[in-house]
Amino acid sequence: MSAGAASADRLAEARALGLNDFEYELIVEKMGREPNGVELAVFSLMWSEHCAYKHSKKLLGRLPTEGPHLLMGPGENAGAVTVGSGLAIAFKVESHNHPSAVEPFQGAATGVGGILRDVFAVGARPIAVLDSLRFGELSSGRSRYLLDGAVSGIGHYGNSIGVPTVGGEVYFEGPYEQNCLVNAMCLGIAREDRLIRSAAAGVGNLLVLMGARTGRDGIGGASVLASAELDSKDASKRPTVQIGDPFEEKRLLECCLELLDRGALRSLQDLGAAGLSSSSSEMASKGEVGLDIDVSRVPLREDDMEPFEIMVSESQERMLCVIEPDKLAELEEVCGRWEVRATAIGEVTGGRRLRVLDGDEVVGDMPVDALVDDCPLYDLEPAAPSEQIYAPPPRVLDPAADARETLLALLSSHNLASRRPLFEQYDSIVQSRTVRRPEDADAAVLQLAPDGGEGAIAVSIDGNGRRVACDPYTGTVEAVLECAANLACVGAEPLGLTNCLNFGNPEKPHVAWQLERSVAGMADALRELGVPVVGGNVSLYNESGDGPIYPTPVVGMVGALPDAALAPRSGFSEEGHVVAFVSAGVEPSLPGSELAKLRGDELPLGLPEVDVAAVREMLDAVRSAARGGGLASVHDVAEGGVAVALAESCLARGVGASVSLPDSSLDAMFGEGVGRFLVAGERSAIEALGDRAAVIGTVGGDALEIEGAGSWSLSELRDAHAALAEAFV
Amino acid sequence: MRFGVVRFPGSCDETDALLACKRYGDAELLWHGDSDLWGVDAVVVPGGFSYGDYLRVGAIARFSPVMDAVAEHARAGGIVFGICNGFQVLCEAGLLPGALLPNAGLRFVCRQVDVEVVNADTPFTRACEPGDILSIPVKHTTGRYYAPEEDLRDLDAHGQILLRYREGHNPNGSVADIAGVSNRERNVMGLMPHPEHAVDPLTGSADGGRLFESMATALAPA
Repeated sequence: MSAGAASADRLAEARALGLNDFEYELIVEKMGREPNGVELAVFSLMWSEHCAYKHSKKLLGRLPTEGPHLLMGPGENAGAVTVGSGLAIAFKVESHNHPSAVEPFQGAATGVGGILRDVFAVGARPIAVLDSLRFGELSSGRSRYLLDGAVSGIGHYGNSIGVPTVGGEVYFEGPYEQNCLVNAMCLGIAREDRLIRSAAAGVGNLLVLMGARTGRDGIGGASVLASAELDSKDASKRPTVQIGDPFEEKRLLECCLELLDRGALRSLQDLGAAGLSSSSSEMASKGEVGLDIDVSRVPLREDDMEPFEIMVSESQERMLCVIEPDKLAELEEVCGRWEVRATAIGEVTGGRRLRVLDGDEVVGDMPVDALVDDCPLYDLEPAAPSEQIYAPPPRVLDPAADARETLLALLSSHNLASRRPLFEQYDSIVQSRTVRRPEDADAAVLQLAPDGGEGAIAVSIDGNGRRVACDPYTGTVEAVLECAANLACVGAEPLGLTNCLNFGNPEKPHVAWQLERSVAGMADALRELGVPVVGGNVSLYNESGDGPIYPTPVVGMVGALPDAALAPRSGFSEEGHVVAFVSAGVEPSLPGSELAKLRGDELPLGLPEVDVAAVREMLDAVRSAARGGGLASVHDVAEGGVAVALAESCLARGVGASVSLPDSSLDAMFGEGVGRFLVAGERSAIEALGDRAAVIGTVGGDALEIEGAGSWSLSELRDAHAALAEAFV
Repeated sequence: MRFGVVRFPGSCDETDALLACKRYGDAELLWHGDSDLWGVDAVVVPGGFSYGDYLRVGAIARFSPVMDAVAEHARAGGIVFGICNGFQVLCEAGLLPGALLPNAGLRFVCRQVDVEVVNADTPFTRACEPGDILSIPVKHTTGRYYAPEEDLRDLDAHGQILLRYREGHNPNGSVADIAGVSNRERNVMGLMPHPEHAVDPLTGSADGGRLFESMATALAPA
């Protein structure tokens, strides 16, 4: 058999592992021979969409990744920005969609576990988790099951490990029925000089595996599960989902942070998708070195595991570090105290090859560059569809309904109802940093030091897939602006953004078009805002037999604010305060809105263009007013339009309001468009906003009254807004 | 005076408890594997998930070396304050009456609740008056206090019910709205709500601080 020629058996195996014939031939060429079984398993994962980003890497290059606050950009386990006074915030969002669609509790739990490890892998103590969830309509039993399982799983992991879940978002739309989305974001804090990278360094240094034993769970997770469409036989993929153990991870986290504090580690990397294969080759590639790994030294759950299984297992709660040989005793002492297993399984070599040994026998020998850099990147073949590819949602509200009925219907719709039944299942306060809890304000606010004094940050996560389905470019611009608006409401200036691009099969022209337009919109909006992408994740092949999900770019933004105590809440507080409407001049429109959804309207193909520069100017003005401390409340006008925003501001603290809108037509009251805010406070504070703010009424009473449209008692609004509780009985 | 806060593997709120204690006295962490309390005056057994709590909450922690020392401290009349998981551990260890069962709603619940001071004549509540309302958050899955009818009458008769959830605020179905109880001698208390998360108005409320203040003044040199 000559190099370059594929044997039929190996080729069939490669196809079963998700590689195409061209890719297999390329592997043979790079290896100079056919890969053996171990090598093929490693290549198939490293060259999977999930690990190699082969359909998205070229596009991602368009996103801005430079900024004045950036400390660590894309490519590390998590990105990081400086928040001044020598402190860094590391953060990242990641998907765990397909595992959650197959087994929601463990899928979501290990999604949280994985993103926590990404953050402490850079030396940062995790201080907050947020989640972004998408399910089908709750009229479906399957969607209720997935929602319940995912929420329980997120809570189980976050609550048990002592990291607060401070925010998130959830939408319910038909196209997510078979393919739910579970994205988890984590933020961590570190002294800037304590951030650590994953590059392996120092020939002769030891490679140490810490944490849980390696088992057969999660084998093929990155390729078979994450990089292919879901189908009806998904139950059979359940063994590819990992099982989480937050108690193990809690000890691992404390142990790693103590080792970093002592300066005992040269580099650190978490084991996520593709397990040892991916973590070791990434470390070797970044350090421009080679690694020898002896799989016979890896502690196993089952002692008859094959070398390839050990290399690809996605068992959770494991970290890989590089240490100097004379630090081994110290590492073992610290690990012993935290009851964390630690085993030297290999060493750093000079050869830039990843060698897999089973005792004395070499069972795999691969060039690191081929594994990490040589996977072919594919050009997308985008084609704009000539008509909307998504079916209109089912009609649940008569288009003839009046304002009274419409507002109650919107407040009780699952996309707008209070998220309290979800977030009460999460510990949002552990670590004593949470100054604004869920539904207190438009963004979560955390003080950096539990006893104050070091400033504060705000964080929000956003992404309305239906708007992106209407217009991938503008919908994504809106998602970025919505996230920045939430930060502006509490007075925070954005420092960096992390994204998770959840799309369908990129080999399909209309999905490729969505992806390309969406990334273009994100890039343009971020350049205008001056905010860099610090890292993120791409999740493709989110499709089922019913077609692709709504294209769902989820963005998480972290911002800084000088004084957490001044951060405005979203709810009206005091009788007699003046209510004003602040707008960047965007005309609200109904197509693509929540109301259009309830009415069962077709999704439009195209949304009104957004003047990003004008919105940015508005965000600057709102942020500056919010920081001044004079405004009692600031609330972004988002889904459901100004009427829903008014109701939310009344419900937050149980105070009514009486307003007169310049236009009380249904289109004006419930239409949507970015760059609009509701503020309340003393008249002098409102006047400081200049002519951007139009006074529309006053706070007070126990009802919301909108002149010419109707009056709603707080109790009927509250009952409508509590509609999501029924999903959790 | 000096507080000692026990740290088990899996404790989550020990750092928060330590910060709260430090507002009212000196404080340090006590390691679970250590059987010495290093001369602290009051022991706080904090919240979290000691040893992962996979078996039954608090069931493993009670066997740790530090708990032998805590039990001895309690028998000698020393102050021991268990919060949430710490309450569960103290019940498992037999230092407090009753037991904590899964919430009536069967789900984890994190919520700011009002509790009413029932007995202010204890080292944990002496900075309060009977009838005072304190706003303190709960966050637990296994917080439904239970004791048999007869024991409840006993607890009541001996002033061992220190805090109750205010009407409409019981988050877990606890019997008689009980949020916190003490032993007969009133030197050991368990509480499901987290007073260490209510020591600063900035993060929600400072009402929980009064319990730490009570302990600090009870132990302050006269």
